[in-house]
Amino acid sequence: MSLVAFLGAIETGLIYGLVALGVFLSFRVLDFPDLTVDGSFPLGGAVAAVLITHGWPPLAATSMAVCAGAMAGSVTALLNVRLRILHLLASILTMIALYSVNLRIMGRPNISLLMDPTVFSWVEQPGWPARAWMIPSVLLGVVIGALVLVNLFLASRAGLAMRATGANPRMARAQGIATGAVIVGGMALSNALVALAGALFAQSQGGSDISMGVGCIVIGLASVILGEAVMSTRTMILATLACILGAVLYRLAVALALNSDALGLQAQDLNLITAVLVAVALVLPGWKASVVRRLTRRGAPANGRPAP
Amino acid sequence: MITAEALDVVFNAGTPLENHALRGVTVDIPEGQWVTVIGSNGAGKSTLLNALSGEARLRSGRLLIGHEDVTRWPPHKRASLVARVFQDPLAGTCERLTIAENMALALRRGGLRGLRPALSRPERATLRERLARLGLGLENRLDDRMGLLSGGQRQAVSLLMATLAPMRILLLDEHTAALDPRTADLILRLTQTLIREGGLTALMVTHSMRQALALGDRTLMLHEGRVVLDLMGSERAGMTVEGLLAEFSRQRGEELDDDALLLG
Repeated sequence: MSLVAFLGAIETGLIYGLVALGVFLSFRVLDFPDLTVDGSFPLGGAVAAVLITHGWPPLAATSMAVCAGAMAGSVTALLNVRLRILHLLASILTMIALYSVNLRIMGRPNISLLMDPTVFSWVEQPGWPARAWMIPSVLLGVVIGALVLVNLFLASRAGLAMRATGANPRMARAQGIATGAVIVGGMALSNALVALAGALFAQSQGGSDISMGVGCIVIGLASVILGEAVMSTRTMILATLACILGAVLYRLAVALALNSDALGLQAQDLNLITAVLVAVALVLPGWKASVVRRLTRRGAPANGRPAP
Repeated sequence: MITAEALDVVFNAGTPLENHALRGVTVDIPEGQWVTVIGSNGAGKSTLLNALSGEARLRSGRLLIGHEDVTRWPPHKRASLVARVFQDPLAGTCERLTIAENMALALRRGGLRGLRPALSRPERATLRERLARLGLGLENRLDDRMGLLSGGQRQAVSLLMATLAPMRILLLDEHTAALDPRTADLILRLTQTLIREGGLTALMVTHSMRQALALGDRTLMLHEGRVVLDLMGSERAGMTVEGLLAEFSRQRGEELDDDALLLG
């Protein structure tokens, strides 16, 4: 794999790390299977791209994208909490609706940002390292910032209430937590992160496209599962870190698979690779446990229980 | 003072599964009174507790806690006045959270939850000290996940959690039923200590008639959604399990064996 391909994988990996963090908040913390992600990722890209092409400063445009994502998340949560639509279905409804909304926002299927300023424009200064090095570095800073903020939130009183809402809603209500409001807030936060990723993706890739969210939820989920498979998630800090690591590893694995001539894989094989990676990540913890068991059982009689 | 006026609860109204769980229960519980509640299966004991906590919706009736009319309050709002311990030790705590985090949640029951850290250092010290008084060695396991504890330990922590924040009434729903006899005994003694030390108003549902008479100040017997017996004072002091059974049969005008109540 070339250096450019490697840095590119790190770059998209970090961006999808934000998606994974959002997916972690909905799927794992709130126990809310949320497919809104497939719509809120391009929503972030669309809002940022349209505002930038209309002359907004890139930072303000990105902030508005984050707000739009939060709104999309709240819509899904409100459909579930207020109108009592099944969570999975509620998120699918929002996702489908967002496809039209995104087209309306952009006015056409794609918008190029190649000639416009972006949040990454300032990195091209004389004497600084090349853009290919700078963008991943900037993204690393953004991801670390998001990690710190999310962890501070999860360790706060409100964050704890959110974790309790996902883990045991009846207990949460008995402790005076308005679970409905917490779900709306949590889903807003989750999709705000995803929309931020979408906005950054559009700006680093040179444009926003209506189809850039397709399969985003699978990539996010794959990253979360991959992260959980490769490292301990005993504490919240470790669990959130695992999301980022999972996303970067996922993109690296994909880049590796696509770049090695020996395998003969091409770009259109991406979804197949994703499915295989997720399957491997799902069975990996089981293998790990059985290997450990076999190692610790050395010396015990075959087919017998280990000596106490 | 808890005032329940003609509480009426119907589940699945208008369907073949309709269940008239409470049929006009009226009861006044003065401050500091510990009421035990008995009754056979389906008598409406748990529904009465759920009606007080807000989990069960009233079809009619009125509920006052203090001078506040809480009839229309949702459960999370009532939590500022009502604390409860569930029958299932797994239901009252979050197994994915640590002991300290669970207790931090209970510390702010019914209060506002802002963005400040969940647990301050002095609060942590207080929790450690409260845990130490349980005598279960849990004070050194504040950062262990709740899921690592046994059912009895979890129920002890649930009970402690219920008493961390101020409340007007404590609801105990057969909170020892899922435990082995020795652990159940421990939890009952802890219950007694916490209620009496804190001068708490409590409503305890139990499956044991002996327990119902031995603990607390007053005993209610429910049958088919109605209060059929309300014992206190000298009348209660002179009551035996046999007497309770006889009284129950007389009230209902039907034969009933001990088992039906014990199993209820």
